[in-house]
Amino acid sequence: MSIVVHDPGLETTVQDTGRLGHYAIGFPPSGALDSYAYHVGNALVGNAPGAAALEAVYLGPTLEFTADSVVAVTGADIPVSLDGEPVPTWESVAVRAGQTLAFGQLAGGARPYVAVAGGIDVPTYYGSRSTYTLVGIGGFGGRALAEGDELSLGDAAVDPRAGRRVEDADIPEHPTTAELRLLVGLHSYRLTPDSLERFTSTAWKVTPDANRVGYRYRGAELEFVPREQPFGAGSDPANVTDCGYPVGSVQVPGGVEPIVLLQDAVTGGGYATLGTVVSVDRDRLAQTKTGDHTRFVPVDLDEALAIRRDRAARLDRVRSSLA
Amino acid sequence: MTDVTGTTTENDTRYDFGGDEFVYVEISAEMSLPAHFASLAITRRLREEAIPGVEEICPSNASYMVRVDPDRIHPRDLVHELQRIETDVGSAASEDPDFVVDTRIVDVPIMFADPWTHEVLMRFRDRHQDPTGTDLDYGARINGYDSAESFIDALAGAPYLVTMMGFVPGLPWCFQLVPRERQVEVPKYVRPRTETPERAFGFGGAFAVIYPVKGAGGYQLFGSAPAPIFDGAQEQPDFAEEDSVVFFRHGDLIRFRRIDQDEYDDVRGLVDAKQWRYRTRPVRFSPSRWIADPDGINAALVGELDR
Repeated sequence: MSIVVHDPGLETTVQDTGRLGHYAIGFPPSGALDSYAYHVGNALVGNAPGAAALEAVYLGPTLEFTADSVVAVTGADIPVSLDGEPVPTWESVAVRAGQTLAFGQLAGGARPYVAVAGGIDVPTYYGSRSTYTLVGIGGFGGRALAEGDELSLGDAAVDPRAGRRVEDADIPEHPTTAELRLLVGLHSYRLTPDSLERFTSTAWKVTPDANRVGYRYRGAELEFVPREQPFGAGSDPANVTDCGYPVGSVQVPGGVEPIVLLQDAVTGGGYATLGTVVSVDRDRLAQTKTGDHTRFVPVDLDEALAIRRDRAARLDRVRSSLA
Repeated sequence: MTDVTGTTTENDTRYDFGGDEFVYVEISAEMSLPAHFASLAITRRLREEAIPGVEEICPSNASYMVRVDPDRIHPRDLVHELQRIETDVGSAASEDPDFVVDTRIVDVPIMFADPWTHEVLMRFRDRHQDPTGTDLDYGARINGYDSAESFIDALAGAPYLVTMMGFVPGLPWCFQLVPRERQVEVPKYVRPRTETPERAFGFGGAFAVIYPVKGAGGYQLFGSAPAPIFDGAQEQPDFAEEDSVVFFRHGDLIRFRRIDQDEYDDVRGLVDAKQWRYRTRPVRFSPSRWIADPDGINAALVGELDR
């Protein structure tokens, strides 16, 4: 059982829940950026949580199936067809051997996910099937898919079945201005109070420099509090003594372009960080695209934990409804 | 429960939350060996205690970070545990004669002023503080050395401690074991390069690094290592035997040894034949003894490699 890639799309990679446990030696987690879309996709096709799926961005891939299977497309709002006939998203669909899945033009969001019964079967690398293209490991040959690739499918689907459907209320919307909730802190004291206020009141525009490593924004200038730099940090006011970066943390090199670090980012470095986007909202971020706007909304730790619990409960409910 | 967000303890340690998944602890804003050893002692004890919900422990230069599963331990409760451990072992780590690090010293050949980094750094002069010279000339001048030669002698003249791993897989941040007044410090490039050769030897802030893979980078470029420090396919014996794709470990001691192009080529030949092995020796490092006699301890450490 396999999938033949006729057109890889823009940058389609194999992803799962990520390569956790090696952050201290410099491995970022990788894994699906929109965790909700990824998990719901697996639930739709009857996979156990954690099966590898495909993550595309902006342009979906064209995929021919060599055997009967069940697929589900989740995530971005994008038309999907099977041998030219439209098929629904957020719903499991039966595919017959020889049929080809293709994508139309993106209508909302940024990243569609393709879950397939049995999961994409690539070797695990440091405990994960996720692709980390920066050093070329994991996934399919450590790289994005290319025309002619043939992906094997696993045979571990628990209960593959077509016709499962997610309720409309559980399908996220993808507004062109996203709100990302953020815990201010880390080195936020390095910014002037005015600048910190400006950071949370600005509608930031997503620049073309927006990928799995991180998203870079433009929209305002932020200023650092002048100081004599501590030994070891380097002379730029944006520098701190090199330290670990939380996934989702925000840094502002030069004060002009904030960067949110994502699942393929560097694990540490010497730029001051001013806070961290709550883990759940990396899903929303993953569905924003160049030219969209983003606002950062401050929350406290208790709110961040409540957001996390709500998401876990919602995913549990969706999974039960599809079981 | 008291709110510990952004609080500091008596020792000026800052505790804060990196979203819902990380706790960030900054022992000191500036780099120092006492701050580093406090971070080392605390993270070592934390690892021994195996507190449920502590998913990953990432020690770094003068700080550390913990990835937490907030469904198993409330991050605020974890901070209280970390503060307890800090009180226990943190503040005195570098003075306590019983605090020792069993580690290894590694001989790492470096060709300074090599042609590969030279070619790249000359292409990115417009992003550098001093567009007229080389990174070595610049580093020598701002650190008070009369020539690149004497600057290289200083860089290679005392061993380093790996005080942090990361950025990308396998990159070691190396802090030279010399008193503060002899430590080299250089700024990063004004704007980062879009290119750095694989295995480049760089310097930024107070830290030397080797870039494991080619990519962007902002550190001053001083040389090249012939031997790999990242081996994704685990082809070299050191990597295969350890079943690891990265060579260095947090806490390693390193002697950067100056080599010429002939030795560089010899090492490359061994790497191509998949027969390269680093020379390493097990050593016990005592921070308190080092602080009392840095040059004597350094000579003994490096002497282990040459025995």
